[in-house]
Amino acid sequence: MKHLLSTRDVSREEAIQLLDIAEDMSAVNEREVKKLPALRGKTVVNLFFEDSTRTRISFEAAEKRLSADVINFAAKGSSVSKGESLKDTTQTLAAMGIDAVVIRHGASGAPQVLAQSGWIDAPVINAGDGTHEHPTQALLDAFTMRKRLHGAGSRGKGLDGVKVTIVGDILHSRVARSNVWLLQTLGAEVQLVAPPTLLPHAVDTWPVSVSYDLDHALAQSKPDVVMMLRIQQERMQDAFFPNEREYSNMWGLTQERFFSLPAKTMVMHPGPMNRGLEISSAAADSPQSTVLEQVANGVSVRMAALYMVLTGEREVTHD
Amino acid sequence: MTNPDLLIKGATLPDGSRADILIEGMQITAVGQGLSSASATTIDADGLVVLPGLVDLHTHLREPGYEQSETVLTGTQAAALGGFTSVFAMANTLPVADTAGVVEQVLRLGDEAGYATVRPIGAVTKGLEGLQLAELGAMANSRAAVRVFSDDGKCVFDPLIMRRALEYVKTFGGVIAQHAQEPRLTVDAQMNEGEVSARLGLAGWPAVAEESIIARDVLLAEHTGSRLHICHLSTAGSVDVIRWAKKRGINVTAEVTPHHLLLTDERAESYDARFKVNPPLRRAEDVMALRDALADGTIDIVATDHAPHPIESKDCEWGAAAFGMVGLESALAVVQTTMVETGLIGWADVARVLSETPARIGGLATHGQKIQPGIQAELVLVDPATRRNFGVEDLASLSHNSPYLGIELAGQVVATIHQGYLTTADRTVVAADVVAAQAEVVARG
Repeated sequence: MKHLLSTRDVSREEAIQLLDIAEDMSAVNEREVKKLPALRGKTVVNLFFEDSTRTRISFEAAEKRLSADVINFAAKGSSVSKGESLKDTTQTLAAMGIDAVVIRHGASGAPQVLAQSGWIDAPVINAGDGTHEHPTQALLDAFTMRKRLHGAGSRGKGLDGVKVTIVGDILHSRVARSNVWLLQTLGAEVQLVAPPTLLPHAVDTWPVSVSYDLDHALAQSKPDVVMMLRIQQERMQDAFFPNEREYSNMWGLTQERFFSLPAKTMVMHPGPMNRGLEISSAAADSPQSTVLEQVANGVSVRMAALYMVLTGEREVTHD
Repeated sequence: MTNPDLLIKGATLPDGSRADILIEGMQITAVGQGLSSASATTIDADGLVVLPGLVDLHTHLREPGYEQSETVLTGTQAAALGGFTSVFAMANTLPVADTAGVVEQVLRLGDEAGYATVRPIGAVTKGLEGLQLAELGAMANSRAAVRVFSDDGKCVFDPLIMRRALEYVKTFGGVIAQHAQEPRLTVDAQMNEGEVSARLGLAGWPAVAEESIIARDVLLAEHTGSRLHICHLSTAGSVDVIRWAKKRGINVTAEVTPHHLLLTDERAESYDARFKVNPPLRRAEDVMALRDALADGTIDIVATDHAPHPIESKDCEWGAAAFGMVGLESALAVVQTTMVETGLIGWADVARVLSETPARIGGLATHGQKIQPGIQAELVLVDPATRRNFGVEDLASLSHNSPYLGIELAGQVVATIHQGYLTTADRTVVAADVVAAQAEVVARG
């Protein structure tokens, strides 16, 4: 794997390999000394054109635990304002001898443009681009599902036959896109539930089933996993739905809906959560919720992704 | 003093017959077999097709205001290399061409450069803001004699302003060329709304945003009895609306760009901003519907929407990139590739859609005429047998944002003749000083 830009580019074999490496990384994260020398002497830049403290910190922790030197570059809004362009920023970093770029950008496709531009000859990891993809989020979600379902026996396994229902703003969600492709690759059955205004126009071409009715969808498919997506504040003003109350009533994982789910159903959320809007506290704080595991697993999965693109190795060499 | 006479030997006319063509001064003086002239420069046109000089109803020359992208001189050099002898220059310059002063400036720059007849298009509304009519009458009565008005780049969205504009230009036989784009349905739109946009996470530009405005405007044209032209039609649905309107007798004409005849929205998968254009590249079904509509006359003309942009406006992430692509140099080759090679139309139709009809819509009597003695010599010689991977060396525009770089195209312009003198010779643009000197000879009469 030269870059990690989209989960569409990741084969089943590569995905399982990455998740297995993440298992090794997870073991490291449980040790007293949470550090491997794997990327010693390598410099990784976290190039964040968009604010995201959570993702940036997760990558930073992953990089440091692999002993990489870390540079954080917050180039907020610089490409769209009259400031430095993506090209200039990248060429500046290339001149400094960067070994890998982790990029978060508000424009869909910016990581791919970077990877194919020739501006820099380093692996690129997409840490979220516009409304396109967020591949490490999907990988950590898959890792979390697999771990919950198979525990210590997770290695080598896919998610065959696992029923996943993703609920919320699919149209603008990079998390949903990355999850749809990766879950399909791993053999899961994906159902999307959203108001029609928050589904892409051509969603019928995706390898998923689609429903507008959350109660019906939950009752019919009896999902193993319910993944709630964050509703962005700016959607409220743009006629996607009448108001928060109605959204919450129809598409939120309310306390009532949550209690109607089987006790084994996993409740996931990529964070940050709008409690009381798309998810109730009863659901978020329940033992079925994986929200904090997702955060912990995020570090392991990002270690695995960095390890794969930077060393090209398929197994972790233990010290 | 006069410019050298030209004798074209053995060219294939649009109807398929072969003839020699003698040009003396700025006129064609003879068309026939075995012509000879002691004084004329001979051009061997064996195997070449001769067409009336191409007329582009939709060109962005960028001057005044955006001279880092294109100037009237470089834009008309691109036109000459593409076989065009006249271009209609869109109004979205800085300042906007919404007064007699600006359109006269563009006219003068075109005359001085001498590569093509430059006809300025006037803005419909002041500053292209869609709120208040521009000085339409003053532009019509200026030396530029503007007859085509357009806010291109923006839609004349307000239905009342559109109605008034359609009515008002009847005063001087003008036409409104509408950029059909419902603004509210295309907020932040980046590419065609469909399977590809859903996957790429780029905000969609739905077909209905174009079709709904066209539907509204053909009905307004019917109600007012006015003449309407639709710029860069891009969807199968728009074709249906135009077909319906024409059947009903509404006075509407429509254009399609070369890129909408060849390229589809799948090009966006690379996030290569050279493929970012407005209206966006559409689905393969739309491309096929547009080709058929051009062949059956539902779409009247091909116009380039030549839209030069500097490197930094395209060498960046898709969302930050400018809309538009250059097209003058490649237009004829794309039409040959998509329409002639596929057997949909012949060379007489090419002359119709790229010269005769655009000249008629724009009210340009000196261009787009049947090739015969007595007409002004506006001609292009094409080598239809050439196959080339289109490259930067095939561009004369100041900007290089062509979507065809690396794509194989059929046909190449060998020579372009404007006002009786060569502006392109041996597949190369003739030097600016030579052309300007010959244009001055013509201007002095």
